Amino acid sequence: MAGITRVMEHRAVQYRRTFRSSVFTSFLSPLLFLTAMGLGLGGYVDRSGGAALGGLTYLQFLAPGLLAATVMQSAAFEATFPIIGGLNWQRTFHAMYATPLSPRDVALGNLAWMAIRLVMISTVFTIVIVAFGAAHSPLVVLGIPVAVLTGMAFAAPITAFSATQRTPNRFNVIFRFGITPLFLFSGTFFPIETLPSYLQPIAWLSPLWHGVDLTRGLVLGTIGQHPVQMLIHVIVLAAIVALSAWAAVVTIERRLVKG
Amino acid sequence: MRLRYHPRSMSETSSASLIHARGLTKRFGSFTAVDAVDFDVAPGEAFGFLGPNGAGKTSTMRMIGGVSPITDGTLTVRGLDPRTHGPEIRARLGVVPQQDTLDTELTVRENLVLYGRYFGLSRAECGRRADELLDFAQLTERQNDEVEPLSGGMKRRLTIARSLINQPDLLLLDEPTTGLDPQARHLLWDRLYRLKQRGVTLVLTTHYMDEAEQLCDRLVVMDKAKIVAEGSPRQLIDRYSTKEVTELRFPPDVQDTLDGQLDGLAERVEKLADRVLLYADDGEAVAVAAHERGLKPETVLVRRSTLEDVFLRLTGRSLIE
Amino acid sequence: MTPPSLPLRVVPPVSFGSRRAFRLIERNLYVYRHGWLVIVSGFFEPLFYLLSIGFGLGRLVGSVPGPGGHEIPYQLFIAPALLASSSMNGAITEATLNFFFKLKYQKTFESILSTPLSTADIALGELGWALIRGGLYTTGFLVVMVVLGLGVSPWLLLTLPAALLISLAFGAVGMAATSFMRTWQDFDLIQLVVLPMFLFSGTFYPLDAYPDALRLLVQLTPLYQGVDLLRSLAVGIVGPTAILHVAYLLVMGIGGLLVVSRRLDKLLLR
Repeated sequence: MAGITRVMEHRAVQYRRTFRSSVFTSFLSPLLFLTAMGLGLGGYVDRSGGAALGGLTYLQFLAPGLLAATVMQSAAFEATFPIIGGLNWQRTFHAMYATPLSPRDVALGNLAWMAIRLVMISTVFTIVIVAFGAAHSPLVVLGIPVAVLTGMAFAAPITAFSATQRTPNRFNVIFRFGITPLFLFSGTFFPIETLPSYLQPIAWLSPLWHGVDLTRGLVLGTIGQHPVQMLIHVIVLAAIVALSAWAAVVTIERRLVKG
Repeated sequence: MRLRYHPRSMSETSSASLIHARGLTKRFGSFTAVDAVDFDVAPGEAFGFLGPNGAGKTSTMRMIGGVSPITDGTLTVRGLDPRTHGPEIRARLGVVPQQDTLDTELTVRENLVLYGRYFGLSRAECGRRADELLDFAQLTERQNDEVEPLSGGMKRRLTIARSLINQPDLLLLDEPTTGLDPQARHLLWDRLYRLKQRGVTLVLTTHYMDEAEQLCDRLVVMDKAKIVAEGSPRQLIDRYSTKEVTELRFPPDVQDTLDGQLDGLAERVEKLADRVLLYADDGEAVAVAAHERGLKPETVLVRRSTLEDVFLRLTGRSLIE
Repeated sequence: MTPPSLPLRVVPPVSFGSRRAFRLIERNLYVYRHGWLVIVSGFFEPLFYLLSIGFGLGRLVGSVPGPGGHEIPYQLFIAPALLASSSMNGAITEATLNFFFKLKYQKTFESILSTPLSTADIALGELGWALIRGGLYTTGFLVVMVVLGLGVSPWLLLTLPAALLISLAFGAVGMAATSFMRTWQDFDLIQLVVLPMFLFSGTFYPLDAYPDALRLLVQLTPLYQGVDLLRSLAVGIVGPTAILHVAYLLVMGIGGLLVVSRRLDKLLLR
């Protein structure tokens, strides 16, 4: 346990130097999306399509979706470049491995740090949601751990993948064909009921969809309406996190041992 | 391996020099990197700039190559001004910079082919010349590899091969063998020597005295932005040093107490941090005389003078700091 | 005595670069022969946006006021705007990230300057490559638009050169901005400008949503110029403002090129 906290401490110190750029992806960007789409476009949606949203304004519909989506994007970013940097360019993980720290410490320590980052990000954005008046329930606070769980469901598997890479070339594919389509089609911007019926089951494969639906339920206080569905979301996300965290330990250990 | 070219002889200039510099100066803000130097390079010779790091060699080379504007003075290459006739000059120039500037996004062969294209050669001709040069540089087996994983020596050979793609008659080399192991260095010297035999003019900078002695017909010694001496390696050694040098190494505390005891042993005495150099025409005699005086050095070495000794004499410092 | 420090490569004021600029394009073709997937993948992003926000969200929005004040289907409203922003984004990516990488880390241009090529050739060549990339995406997107039933006007054909003009403008300015950067952190500034433009320039909703003062401000920004130009062409309602848009983008492009050429001189020919 102590090893894990050492690793987290290391990442925290590094973060002090580089936090400026993360402010953009994790705060400014979603804020701008919320303003443009929620307020700007929202006016036109409410004008004609309110019924499909079950009586919600578009802003209320969008905000929790954006929370989950932002956390996913931040997680993807945190799980790619810092990992490949630590194993190939700066090689800080190798330096850690040369101490009494175990590969397990390195892997879990990095994942724990990502979780902390996601807590920071989701807390800030939750405050933004409340400030915009889009929160309808005190359960919105639970949106934070749920968002973190969603984010980790991306951070952990991507970390496991990043550890196997020596160049960032494949990351482009992950972002272009993984993150972006998930961002756009997982019920963030429009209900998945709008999709043609043969595509809807596919949405259930998206970890982001699980996170979005859960977060929306908490922020709007509607979670009691479909308790079983919500429970399934939590189980799926938790399972993904557990399995891929184990995979991350395996791949990182393999890389550290190989040198 | 034979290279199938013989450079055209220079004929269109008024003066006999290929490169002509008078009062050539380069300033970066308040810092003077090159201070009013004069030199001439004749066609077909191997000309060297010898000096320690920071002497102004690279800045001079960059001005000749037309990638750095002249602050003051005159510089012509083939009688042309690099400022107004840059593309013309560079069309027949080959440049091997200090740091490899190979294109890491291309393979070994593509580096050669594309560079040839910049000179306006047809793709077929580029391919032909690339094959020849790969052979010359002994890189044919690696031609489809990425550049990154090549060893330092291979990258250098590739850089030199690339600089020859346009069959230049003037080749500028900035510290060509720095950082290479002895085997790689000798291979490179061999290749450069063969180019010289074909009539290519070589201008190189170096801080290795063996390189200067091996390759250069004439050289100038540069220190702190100025030229402090000029001539062939032989001439410089004859002028500024004796035929032989006797090196005596004493334990550190003993070295400091030697002051009176060395007088008259040799023409000149230099005390370095770790040894004493005695300059005379007959090194053995000096060694014997030192022994007779009762001096008890840990090691005694008698060798011929080198350009390092010349530099030491001229500036009081060694070439490699 | 010669006068001090003339600009190194004296070029008559009328000419700028030469046909040698094509060699830079050739170089990029060689490089991307191995990495063509990156290029192909760039085509998908605007397509995804069109499908999700245009068609998915579009079902909820219905129709919105377009050029000339008529209501048009949301898909038709958003598609040309996505085209404009992808022209911008494609050019910016090439002109900032990739350009910075070549300039600072790979030192790609240093060896090239020891050949007959000039800095103007480099600027032109790199920009030309950004245009080719942009042109590929644009053509692909136009085909998708027609296939999805959004090809309502013959003016649509002109969107190809218009989109290239957008790439030219942003590519040139992007390279100019990049030539001033020193570290990767500076790229946040670029994103700080690009993302708000993408979101607020009438891409996703009409400018009617804004109060008058704000609307005027947005109309002066470059992406809006491109969005309005392409949207007018796609819908088929083209007025005199189109000429203003073209002129604006043209000035941006030429200005950027001149700046980047001067900066390359300063950075590489020291």
